[in-house]
Amino acid sequence: MSGDVQGNDHWFDDDAGPVVRPYAMTRGRTSHAVQHRLDLIALVVTEPHADDTEADGSLSPEHLHIVELCRDSPQSVAELAAELDLPIGVVRVLVGDLVDGELVHVTRPVPPAELVDESILRDVINGLRAL
Amino acid sequence: MILGRSERGKPPVEPVTLKILVAGGFGVGKTTCVGAVSEIRPLRTEEVLTEAGRPVDDTRGVESKHTTTVAMDFGRITLREDLVLYLFGTPGQHRFWFLWDELASGALGAVVLVDTRRLEDCFAAVDYFERRSIPFVVAVNCFEGAARHPAEDVRQALDLDPDVPVVLCDARERESVKEVLVTVVRHAMTYAADRDRSVTT
Repeated sequence: MSGDVQGNDHWFDDDAGPVVRPYAMTRGRTSHAVQHRLDLIALVVTEPHADDTEADGSLSPEHLHIVELCRDSPQSVAELAAELDLPIGVVRVLVGDLVDGELVHVTRPVPPAELVDESILRDVINGLRAL
Repeated sequence: MILGRSERGKPPVEPVTLKILVAGGFGVGKTTCVGAVSEIRPLRTEEVLTEAGRPVDDTRGVESKHTTTVAMDFGRITLREDLVLYLFGTPGQHRFWFLWDELASGALGAVVLVDTRRLEDCFAAVDYFERRSIPFVVAVNCFEGAARHPAEDVRQALDLDPDVPVVLCDARERESVKEVLVTVVRHAMTYAADRDRSVTT
């Protein structure tokens, strides 16, 4: 996986000490404005119009990978982290970029248990029984 | 647009996602439990923690190590095309408990997996869910060869509230784990109903 800082944009030097490699992919960012919306089980869905992502030079291979993975079936943030073998924090930042670029959208976070509709809970029970 | 179809074919269904946590001490069978019902091999996701995230750690002798990786195993059960349940095994080490807060937020409920030979390993998990009012059930993993204790003994030993379900299970058996999960969801329903009642009265 090419996790290098893009181009020659080496903002750190040896005095900076060890750099967390995965976060190089986020150009050092550890958070993103949309992060608060990204639960581990929030689903990332590629926008239908996100076709020509290759042409967008600002996207890293990891960005493009996420766009492709979420095109046919939505993937949770946790699944993306496992699939890309990246820390969740990194995936959050990358997904945040894609949300900003309107290449993907993210499903609403799940409400706490006490706010989940009772009919959904019944569906879960029936679904489990039918497995 | 007719029936919301895009040029690339049918747009993907966006399911409702729910999660249940599987907690318990190290080696109690959390990953086995997740794997028994998951449609995918349990996946592992990692979070890299920086120094700021773990201020109490002693890093003497490992000065160059500025990060720690915490692994969480999880599985997926597609109940319907539009309804997906995720199971998350919580990180066992106590010092990663702040990660639990994130895992627990929005969780439907939790399973505390218990090995009666090491009952004390689950105390912390029970405390955690009690304090945060997260509905949980205690599932006693009946290891082969382990002395079996009646559920009531376990309840007393853990000093559980009477409404907390205690069930015996075999974390390797799909049917058994399914039943545990059904118990969690049922308990979550009752829990929610009780809470509504207490709010309105």
